[in-house]
Amino acid sequence: MSGRLVLAAALGAIVLAPLAASTYHVLLMLPFMAYAVALLGLNLLFGYTGLVSFGHALFLGIGAYTGAVLTSVCGVRSMEVILVAAGALGALVAAPVGALCVRYVKIYFGMLTLAFGMVFYTFVLKFYRLTGGDEGMPFLRPALLGWSLERMPKTDYLVGPYYYYSLAVLVLATLAMWRVVGSPFGLCLKTVRDNPTKAETLGIGVARYRWYAFVISAVYAAVGGALLGPPTGNVDPTLAYWTQSGNIVFMTLLGGFASFFGPILGAFVFIYLQDWVMSVVPFWRLVFGAILASIVIVAPGGLAGLWERRAVEREASRA
Amino acid sequence: MIQQVVGVVMSGVFHASILFLVSAGLQVVFGVQKIFNLACGSFYALGAYVGVSAVGWYAAAGGPPALFIVPLAVAGLAAGGVGLVVERGLLRFVYDRDETFQLLLTFAVVLMMEDAIRMTWGTSPRSTSGLYLVYGGVSVLGTTVPVYNLIVIGASLAIALVIGWLLTRTAFGRIIRATADNREMAEALGVDVRRVFAGVFTLGTALGTLGGALVIPATAAMSEMGIELIVEAFAVVVIGGLGSMRGAFVGALSVGILRAIAISVYPKLEMLLIYLIVIAVLVLRPRGLFGEARA
Repeated sequence: MSGRLVLAAALGAIVLAPLAASTYHVLLMLPFMAYAVALLGLNLLFGYTGLVSFGHALFLGIGAYTGAVLTSVCGVRSMEVILVAAGALGALVAAPVGALCVRYVKIYFGMLTLAFGMVFYTFVLKFYRLTGGDEGMPFLRPALLGWSLERMPKTDYLVGPYYYYSLAVLVLATLAMWRVVGSPFGLCLKTVRDNPTKAETLGIGVARYRWYAFVISAVYAAVGGALLGPPTGNVDPTLAYWTQSGNIVFMTLLGGFASFFGPILGAFVFIYLQDWVMSVVPFWRLVFGAILASIVIVAPGGLAGLWERRAVEREASRA
Repeated sequence: MIQQVVGVVMSGVFHASILFLVSAGLQVVFGVQKIFNLACGSFYALGAYVGVSAVGWYAAAGGPPALFIVPLAVAGLAAGGVGLVVERGLLRFVYDRDETFQLLLTFAVVLMMEDAIRMTWGTSPRSTSGLYLVYGGVSVLGTTVPVYNLIVIGASLAIALVIGWLLTRTAFGRIIRATADNREMAEALGVDVRRVFAGVFTLGTALGTLGGALVIPATAAMSEMGIELIVEAFAVVVIGGLGSMRGAFVGALSVGILRAIAISVYPKLEMLLIYLIVIAVLVLRPRGLFGEARA
């Protein structure tokens, strides 16, 4: 029950944030919401299916570059079209890539996804006539729900319409994922994770279910990637580099891969903590590496895991 | 024509010999501890920076330039000591955990090392000025090849032979192979697995740092060199087969030479070609050329 209360409070805070918080902090919410969408998908693969991808930056990159190409080359400025196209392209790429990757598990799965991610990264880096190389491509301001907001000053646009647009996408994505993991399909994925042999005996096609999870997670990552574009107005290849894949796995682990909302919390803490650490010392990787190491060693359940453990202990002491 | 071919092959083999050292370190750690060490690239970068500093001090102390390779190699090997710190300080806590967590822990080391290097040596590239040409060059079939490259290639070959001898002909090697094969049985027979793991990880790290130190006269040390090299070393071990030393050797040669050819023929293909080969190998023959069959 208290979980629901926390959730409602969090949502309320996010809705009211642009009215109360400083513009700077509101702007930081934009990458948070974009990553949160991507992480919902990544966690379907990591937390629910038990496969850790070290190449999901590939799909972030596909989403972001789809938006950049559509707005700055094809002249398409509708954000809805961009999101749908990003998701569709993500699925289109993930279908064959996933079919190859899900034949393996654990370290081999991680390595294969990393290799595919690097193929995409090298492609966008080297074919600069198509992609702008390391300078990237402009992601022009998209129209939201058919409203062209060209005249609005950039900050007003981002903290106003675009903020609520991102929030709406995040809420919709969360609801959809909630349905997915609660459905029989979601239960099948968990069975595949916990006991593949048993799942196979029960008539669940293990490889097929892993493939479904892979494709869905890619669609989420591509949509998240497309959302990342407008705030910076530019898309560059670092978004698809393998360390970026590592970072999003880090966010998931930080929040807690065993919990539905864990990864969203992870994205939030990662982004604000990174911003704060960078304002104090220039070496955020050192601090974050130490945080990641301590999570892996001491609290593999992440922040959500700590919360749940506390709740369990409170229950126990009450009984 | 023939000059070009020799030039391409020689630069490929030079790169391959550095790659071999780093991937041999990756292989020995994976073979024994079953940990895929993402930080091997960071150790390589560390070795490079320590090498630059060592050579700098050596030159400032007035040592003869012709012998600069001695402090370079010593510094490279000594930097391997950081492996012991990482193993005792971090990795030993996760041996019983899922592979995913081990992988993520080495990713944490990647993050920390990158900034530790920036803190110590700054962000601008460092290089050893001019030492590369101290040994001059020799003419091979009409192409001038720097002697230093030949020294590194020779050293790498020698190290390959020493590792082979160590693993197959000595008691230490037998213990390592037994532990890799069956850790519990080795432990039951009185092998102190903790010490074997600490030793193996330090050895793996030292190979990486030595590779970094040896490459440094030929190129500049940059803080990103580690995360860039890891994906190449990764290609090497996938092509050669995870955990196999022979695989590291053949894989490094293939990646080194293919990359050199791609750069001279169609530079855009450079790493793209390598990754496509990696994917082909993983799909068609996931254990690589020399990897052990997995159930």
